[in-house]
Order: sequence, then C-alpha cells, then structure tokens
Amino acid sequence: MTASVTNPAFGGGLSSPGAAIDQGASVVLSARGLRRDFGGFIAVNNVDLDVHHAKVHALIGPNGAGKTTVFNLLTKFLQPSSGTITLLGHDITRTDPAKVARMGLVRSFQISAVFPHLTVLDNVRVALQRPGGLSTQFWLSMRALNRLNEAALKLIEAVGLQDARHSLAADLSYGRKRVLEIATTLALDPKVLLLDEPMAGMGHEDVHIVSDIIRGVAKDRAILMVEHNLKVVADLCDQVTVLQRGEILTSGDYRTVSQDERVRVAYMGTEHE
Amino acid sequence: MTEATISAPKPRFLTLETTLILIGIVLLILAPFHFYPVFLMKVLCFALFACAFNLLLGYAGILSFGHAAFFGGAAYFTAHSVKEWGFSPELGILTGVAGAAILGLVIGFLAIRRQGIYSTMITLAMAQMFAFFCLQASFTHGEDGIQGVPRGHLFGFIDLEQPLNMYFFVLAVFLAGMFIIWRIINSPFGMILKSVRENENRAISLGYSVARYKLAAFVMSAALTGLAGGLKAIVFQFATLTDVSWQMSGEVVLMTLLGGIGTLVGPIFGAALISTLENYLATSEFPVTVVTGIIFMVCVLVFRRGIIGELYASRLGKKLESKSES
Repeated sequence: MTASVTNPAFGGGLSSPGAAIDQGASVVLSARGLRRDFGGFIAVNNVDLDVHHAKVHALIGPNGAGKTTVFNLLTKFLQPSSGTITLLGHDITRTDPAKVARMGLVRSFQISAVFPHLTVLDNVRVALQRPGGLSTQFWLSMRALNRLNEAALKLIEAVGLQDARHSLAADLSYGRKRVLEIATTLALDPKVLLLDEPMAGMGHEDVHIVSDIIRGVAKDRAILMVEHNLKVVADLCDQVTVLQRGEILTSGDYRTVSQDERVRVAYMGTEHE
Repeated sequence: MTEATISAPKPRFLTLETTLILIGIVLLILAPFHFYPVFLMKVLCFALFACAFNLLLGYAGILSFGHAAFFGGAAYFTAHSVKEWGFSPELGILTGVAGAAILGLVIGFLAIRRQGIYSTMITLAMAQMFAFFCLQASFTHGEDGIQGVPRGHLFGFIDLEQPLNMYFFVLAVFLAGMFIIWRIINSPFGMILKSVRENENRAISLGYSVARYKLAAFVMSAALTGLAGGLKAIVFQFATLTDVSWQMSGEVVLMTLLGGIGTLVGPIFGAALISTLENYLATSEFPVTVVTGIIFMVCVLVFRRGIIGELYASRLGKKLESKSES
C-alpha cells in the first residue's frame, strides 16, 4: 500500500518516442524493440514500454494502431518477431502464456471474458483454484472447492456482485460481466494487470464503478490499459503511451501527451476539452 | 461469512435425481430376467463407450473421430491377453484399459495441438492408421479377428460362462465406469475442463496450461472407452476389425448426439436406442445404415440437444432441475 505514494521521478513529461522513465526498481514489466509482422504487414514496430508498480499506464491510439497486438505480445498470446519482454526481472520473451499468467501478469480481453455457463461464484473459484493446487484433482467432490468460498465472496463483494453470486455469468448485464472479469482477475493476485478496454460499451454508472475499482487495485499493482474514453484516461492514468500505425508516437503524462501537436492531429483532435 | 450463507441449502438425502438413478439401477438389475442378457450387455458396453466419448466431447469440447481405436484396440488387447497369455478376465480388461490409455496419450498428444476440425481429422487419421495396423499385425489374426476368447472365472471363482454372472459383472463395471465419469465431471478438475470449454483463452490467461488438461481428459476418455471395449471382448468372446473401423467412431458420435451431448445419462439412451434398432433391423430387409442416417438427420434438424438434452431444456426438465439441484 505504501507504493501508492506518487513517484517523484515521474511526471516529467518525457515526450520523445520510446523514452520512458528510467529503469528503476519500480518497473515491473518492460518491452524493448518489440516487433511483430504478419506476413509483410508490420503490426507493431520498435515498441519500448515500461510499466511501473502502483501506476496506471494507458495505451491509446486510433483503431488499428496495434494496441491489442501489443497486449497479445506482452501476454505471449502472440510471439514477437523480435524484441524482448521482461517481467519482474525475468525474460519472458519465449515463455508460454499460461506460465506468464502464473508469474503474475494477467490480462483481460476486449470482449468480456467470463465463463458464461458457470455461476458468478464458480467463475471466481476457477481462478482461485489454481494457486490452491485444486485444479488437477479429478477424484475429489466439488465440495472440496467450498474452502475457496470465503475468498471468492470477498472478491465478489469488492466489485459489488454479491446479490448475483449464484446467477449464471451469461445472465449478467454487460457492465457486470466486465466487473466479474476484474474480480476473477484479481483472484490471482497479479502483479501486473493488462486491461483491454475495460470500459468499452459500458453505461455512465458502470464506468464510475470500474474506475473506482481500478484506482483501488492500482494501489499495489501495476496496470496497463487500453482505453478509448479519454476522460477516463485523464482521470485515472499516470502515464500515457500513444500508438500509431504500430509505433510509439509519444509517451508521457496525460497533460504533456494531450498537448503534443502530433497526437492532436493523429488521434485526439477535439474529442476531449 | 459462514458456509451456510454461501452455498445453497444442503441437498436432501433422496432428491428426485437420486430417486431416478436408483430406479434406473433397479430396472437394470431386473432387466436380464425379461430380456436377452447378451443384448443387454451389448447395450451396457456401448452405453459406457458413449459416455466415455461424451466426457471428451461434452465436457472438454474435443470432438474425436478416432475413438474406435481405443474401443477396438482395448478389445484386441483384452482378447489377446486372456486367450494367449491366460490372463483372468479382470486382468485382461485392465490390460485393455492400459493399452487404450497409452493409445489415447499418443493420439491425444498429437490431436490437441490443433483445434476444431483439424484436431478431429488428426484423430481420424491416427485411428485409421491403427486400424491398418490391426489388419496387418499377426496377433490380431487379420480379417478373422481373435475368436473364441474364454470368459473364464472372475477373481478365480465366479464362472462368467453363466449368463447371469456375466451380466451382473458387466453391470457392475458399467456402474463403476459411470461413477468415475460422474466424479471426474463434478470435481475440481472437471471445473477447469468446463472453463476451458467455455473460454479457452480466458483459462490460459488465468494461468492454466490448457494443453495438459485437454490431454488428461483425452487419456481418461480413452481409458474408459478401453474399459467398455475390453468388457465387450469378454462378453462376445471375440475381437474383430469392426470395432476399430471408422464406422464405429461414427456410431459413437451418433449415439452421443442422439442422447444429448454434455449430459451425463444422455449417451446411455442414445446407445440403447441405436443398439435396439440395429438388433431389430438386423433380421429385416431394411438396411440399418439408412435408418440410422435418417435418425441422424432428424436429430440434427429437429432436436439438436438430443433426447435428454431436450428434456433438460424443456419446461419439465427445468422444473426437475430446480427441484433436485443442490
């Protein structure tokens, strides 16, 4: 919790591409020279990224800029064509995605990723099962999972879904599905969270709820999020990286970035302010 | 936060579901006194086969078109070990199970590398290769198959040549197999299987090495299929190429689909229906394949969830479920 204090080294407003904050102890996830080609098309090129502990880092950019591809590369759902990725000091460039998740880097997906035909409680318990070593036991009854209930309910309550704990995830509203997804992700107690458009398609009310949750979560975790709602980005994020055509256009705090002429032209225009 | 507030009320001792299961078991115990035991044993073998297949398709979401290799393969292993090596029937069946599990490990290892239709095609190709092996290998006796397998004495003292002894042994193995399947589905492991089926990428992002769970499910399904295949070899006292042919793989898909994919008891009904039809039509002029083909089309067009699947989805089923669900 102590890490929530603002890092004084930060906020300097570095705006040259790729030049992020100095490699300090607080960098938990970093990428260097990340590149991915699909055939002849370069989806992501020369991306350097540093995600810091207890900070919310936004990845923004126009459609097709390669934001989701960067996510897929960082979480190893896609193999980078070149470049390196480091998570908590370990090189994960060639690690498989499930292992990366076990090391503490957990992602969400652009479309809500819940297990639709499981109940809310079971959705969270699926995540809690793994660290408890309760996932390979095919000879035990389901009752063995009841010992996870307390932890699961705590998480469900934290995101305000306690009234729906026995409902099927498929029956939840869109916003509540996303909230459930966050609860499931938090069940793993990740060091780094990658959220792919957590507020997309949400109503006004839900955006506030999710913002509050993210703010709370970021107190002792690093968060990298793709987000289109610039109001949210301005409000929530300590650091913003702008992607355009697969390359980093600029990086820095929201104020600096939003005043950058190239960014205004490329993306922001008059959408905000 | 106590347990009571979290989990729904404890199930009563005799829920509707357990009552139905008990009635089913009683009927199966009484059945050989009214029906031809060999036919019933055939149905039970196929029912176990279909349920084992359904464990993979319905709960892990993997469609195998090569389960005949496990079924027929186990039949060969059991028949050979009992006839040539003098194994007791129970040991012979275990040999079949072990053989099928190893086959499942090999075929599954290759099949789970791909998804959907590609994975299915790999299982088909591997099963065809195995069928060819069975045609050529000397111990299978090619087109003749292994004939005249002695039923022997179970545990050394129960004479399985007695039809009723044989029947109750088959019933016991069937019930044990069903219990194992039920336990796997309703276990922490089964929970992960379901989550993989529901959203594979999400399961990966939660840190599950999905391939391992799929392979485990594949091997379990193959082993249980082997249990059915080995049992069938003891019942009919032979093992032939029919059981490893691709038509057998197709038949089990049909049985499962007809009964209801992803339902525990659906495949039992599917297997019973298909076996009964085959039995009746075997003596008539009418070709069996035409009838099963028509049934398949009707099933796909009209009741895609299968007999039991539709029952669960109907209003009556919902009522039963809400009453019996714990």
